Amino acid sequence: MSRSPGRKQENYKISRELFVLTYGALVAQLCKDYEKDEDVNACLDRMGYSIGIRLIDDFLARSAVKKCRSYSETADVIAQVAFKMYLGVTPSVSCSSATGNEFSLILDKNPLVDFVEELPAERASLCYCNLLCGVIRGALEMVHLAAEVSFLQDRLKGDAVTEIGITFLRKPEDRKHRR
Amino acid sequence: KSAVLERALGRPRSELSLAAFALLFSELVQYCQRRVASVAELQARLARLGHHVGLRALDALVARERPGRRETKNDDDRTFYVIEREPVVNTFVSVPRENSSLNCAAFAAGLLEAVLGAAGFPARVSAHWHKGTTLMIKFDEAVIARDKSLEGR
Repeated sequence: MSRSPGRKQENYKISRELFVLTYGALVAQLCKDYEKDEDVNACLDRMGYSIGIRLIDDFLARSAVKKCRSYSETADVIAQVAFKMYLGVTPSVSCSSATGNEFSLILDKNPLVDFVEELPAERASLCYCNLLCGVIRGALEMVHLAAEVSFLQDRLKGDAVTEIGITFLRKPEDRKHRR
Repeated sequence: KSAVLERALGRPRSELSLAAFALLFSELVQYCQRRVASVAELQARLARLGHHVGLRALDALVARERPGRRETKNDDDRTFYVIEREPVVNTFVSVPRENSSLNCAAFAAGLLEAVLGAAGFPARVSAHWHKGTTLMIKFDEAVIARDKSLEGR
């Protein structure tokens, strides 16, 4: 993405409502187009991935983060810098495995569900915010970190909290390919 | 369970980054594009999605944007133009030559049409390429007539 010099991208903001409602319109449209929840979830994940691979550019350009030296640091940056920058919230991070490659982000607040009361009965398996998983996965892949990202718990489905699980996979051997 | 519905709408709590929205919008456009056969159909889909948003956002999203980026003109009593040199929704959208008539501000047009309609000012809103992007707002006759009678003309 090329930017004309002098154009202050940092200060460009958008109404939270517009963003949240647009996301809702997207999910609603997908629900109309796909009968199965799994298909909607997969579509959201794919779209999120496409967003993530581009969003990482914006993130790296605007944040002052240095290269992360551990998975733990990476998870912290995702929660405390990226989520803050793009959604205005800071999920809490915890490491959920002895091997040090599985992490949980607990979302106390989630702007994407600002106007969502509950899932309709016929959409019980819908992962409303599945876009987020794709975004994280895509962004990480662009910095050469393969990961599996999914919702482990979801308040909309009746769970106590909303939890995103990130499992870092072995780094790809071939590091000659640089973007 | 209806805590969400009980909450007051109030003022917007915060603003979010443009990049996130623009990329989301870009995906939305691409999604619609894969399912339509013509530019007109694509714009119609975007307008419908905008409509969906507008209905739920009676708070004039347009009014809250920073002033000075838009001019307004009007041709006749019923028609108004909102001219935006760099519309937010088109930030991350590049239009290939074969689709040059596509204007993703169709989304904004649908949104605005829904907002105006829900606020009691029914109008037809469309997006055009002119000095950047121009939204053409054509109010229903009834709106203008009501306006005139209120002003005591």
